[in-house]
Amino acid sequence: MAAVELPAGPGVPHAPTPGTLVLRVPRVGLSTRVQARSVAVTLVVLLAAFLVFAWSLTVGDFPIPLSDVLATLVGRGSEDGDFIIRTLRLPRGLTGLLVGAGFGLAGAIFQRIARNPLASPDIIGINAGAAAAAVFTIVVVSGTSDQVTWGALVGSLATAVAIYLLAYRKGVTGYRLVLVGIGITAMLGSVTSYLLTRAEIYDAQKATVWLTGSLNGRGWEHVRPVTLALVVLVPVAVALARHLRLLEMGDDAARGLGTRVEPVRAALLLTGVALAAVCTASAGPIAFVALVAPQIARRLTGGRTLALLPAAACGALLMTAADLVARRLFAPTELPVGILTAVLGAPYLLYLLARANRVGSGG
Amino acid sequence: MASPTASPTLGRDARPPGPVAATVRPRRRAGLLQGGWARGGGLVVALGVLVLVCLASVAFGAKSIGFRTVLDALFSYDPSMDDHLIIRSLRIPRTLLGIGVGMGLGLAGACMQGVTRNPLADPGIFGVEAGAALAVVIGIFVFGVGSLTGYVWFAFLGAGIASTVVYGLGSLGRGGATPVKLALAGAAMAALLTALTQAVLITDLATLDQFRFWAVGSLAGRDGTIVRQVAPFMAVGVVLALLSGRGLNTLALGDDVARSLGQRVALARATSGLAVIVCSGAAVAAAGPIGFVGLTVPHVARAITGPDYRWILPWSLVLAPSLLLGADVIGRLVVRPGELQVGIVTALLGAPFFIALVRRRKLAEL
Repeated sequence: MAAVELPAGPGVPHAPTPGTLVLRVPRVGLSTRVQARSVAVTLVVLLAAFLVFAWSLTVGDFPIPLSDVLATLVGRGSEDGDFIIRTLRLPRGLTGLLVGAGFGLAGAIFQRIARNPLASPDIIGINAGAAAAAVFTIVVVSGTSDQVTWGALVGSLATAVAIYLLAYRKGVTGYRLVLVGIGITAMLGSVTSYLLTRAEIYDAQKATVWLTGSLNGRGWEHVRPVTLALVVLVPVAVALARHLRLLEMGDDAARGLGTRVEPVRAALLLTGVALAAVCTASAGPIAFVALVAPQIARRLTGGRTLALLPAAACGALLMTAADLVARRLFAPTELPVGILTAVLGAPYLLYLLARANRVGSGG
Repeated sequence: MASPTASPTLGRDARPPGPVAATVRPRRRAGLLQGGWARGGGLVVALGVLVLVCLASVAFGAKSIGFRTVLDALFSYDPSMDDHLIIRSLRIPRTLLGIGVGMGLGLAGACMQGVTRNPLADPGIFGVEAGAALAVVIGIFVFGVGSLTGYVWFAFLGAGIASTVVYGLGSLGRGGATPVKLALAGAAMAALLTALTQAVLITDLATLDQFRFWAVGSLAGRDGTIVRQVAPFMAVGVVLALLSGRGLNTLALGDDVARSLGQRVALARATSGLAVIVCSGAAVAAAGPIGFVGLTVPHVARAITGPDYRWILPWSLVLAPSLLLGADVIGRLVVRPGELQVGIVTALLGAPFFIALVRRRKLAEL
């Protein structure tokens, strides 16, 4: 048996199911299939995420009613409100939304390529690379927060390249990629643990906070790179998604149907890695969003595969809600958001698992 | 132990057989060693390697002690000599602990991979170690426990509860404990427990200061007391694990096929599940969270023996302590008179080896 497989449909893996619309542009040769339900789920979840985001702008140690928030956004607010909304809450909330979406999308791409729900960037080493580099920057170099961000970015990209090259042998199978990633994760994780034991206790604490992932003090300088990454990479991911369906039939079938398997897979992986790296650099290695968002999305859409956009929407909602709770739960003390993503996401995923009404691998 | 014949080698990209292809033996690539004699003989050789590693573990350390003295300490013990004391009261318990912890981790990993049919299953990824870590943090933070002997019971309790809960949650709903559900439930629990641990560590500096040293995983500073505390659990776990080989072979066929062949799937799951709880709980309790051993050793064993768990389990039992003790000895020697914790060395050493293995062979997809 293959490692935990995302179930392909009975018989033909991707036969149009009821509720599928096929959009064709005649004479141009463009056609795409749209799952009505997954579009609906994406929109509803995004709307929910946006409502939570709007709510998060209003609450805080200094509550601002929504009408004032809107006034501020169109440039008619009070001076205090302007500062709080524009330099504190808005960039923070946006970072949360975007980072959540990025993690969700990256997770869906990885999990589909490896056909294993555990193959999300937070488990196969992208986060571990970022973490080791960031902790090194904090503990050894005593770097500023900007340097830590750059360290994390370089660390995760370098790790991703290393994993790909080490897993490459006449092409990359998803399975080999995951196992190599796990090996690298273990190595980097032990480096991180070691650095923590060698650190001054205050550095160790700073590093622990960063390792948990936090949106505290995130400003426009964090929003811009993540926005840019999403604007560029979401269309790329959507464009490549059709090949993803073919890859799931197995390499030989995909080749037979005219997919250039290895370049496509490399491009998809690169997309996922870039998303995960930028998000990790912005908010820290927030575990779990990338793992759980695609799984929640799949159960909401009732689909056979992990649709990419619903996963991104679920990630955005999870992250935004988690940050709101993290800010207000023990106010005025703030918890790092990384704690809450797991505390909110894990029970929900477990509930979905327990409620699953399909026998077998549908779980 | 009957020697199963090697399974036929299929093409490189053999698709997993569907539920219709009810071959009784999992059709996968055979291991390096084929036939009962080769596997059994290999196992004896591996055991010899383990004995050598154990000797090295007694002989090498921060203080150089001659080989004669080591033998004297073993066979004509003189409590008035410092070197004899070091050997008897420090290095021998440490070696025994390494053997026990290694066996526990290797078997727990193999059983987990078998039960969940997931190649990534291991006590670290599935939340068992996270449960132990949370319990230890609670022990430090709430009860002010400050000694390794005190941590043991917390860690054991945490590991036990975490694995039980993961298994319970993973088997809810229709279809019971499917591989996908178990994998996701394990990962979800791991994340949840780690998050709670982090929450305590962030709020309390003193706890972080103690915990970060336990969290690396080490065999150092554990004396005979801990060995005695953990030994009975280890023994039970090893026996349970070795008994579950047949059951795991059955599970490898997939539940439907196994049931139709008249196998009791639930019983097989329960036996190896219990083995996982006891083995990993005892190992983590004794040495802290040592990742990677439980994940990789079964893969190495599988590459050698092929897919039969009746061979994978004993091979894991022998290979894992060799890896752990070897790493421990190296950790003692590289930065003398200081030490690198064994958890760090296993990862730094084991990972390249594991990656090489992954590259060289198409490892069995479970």
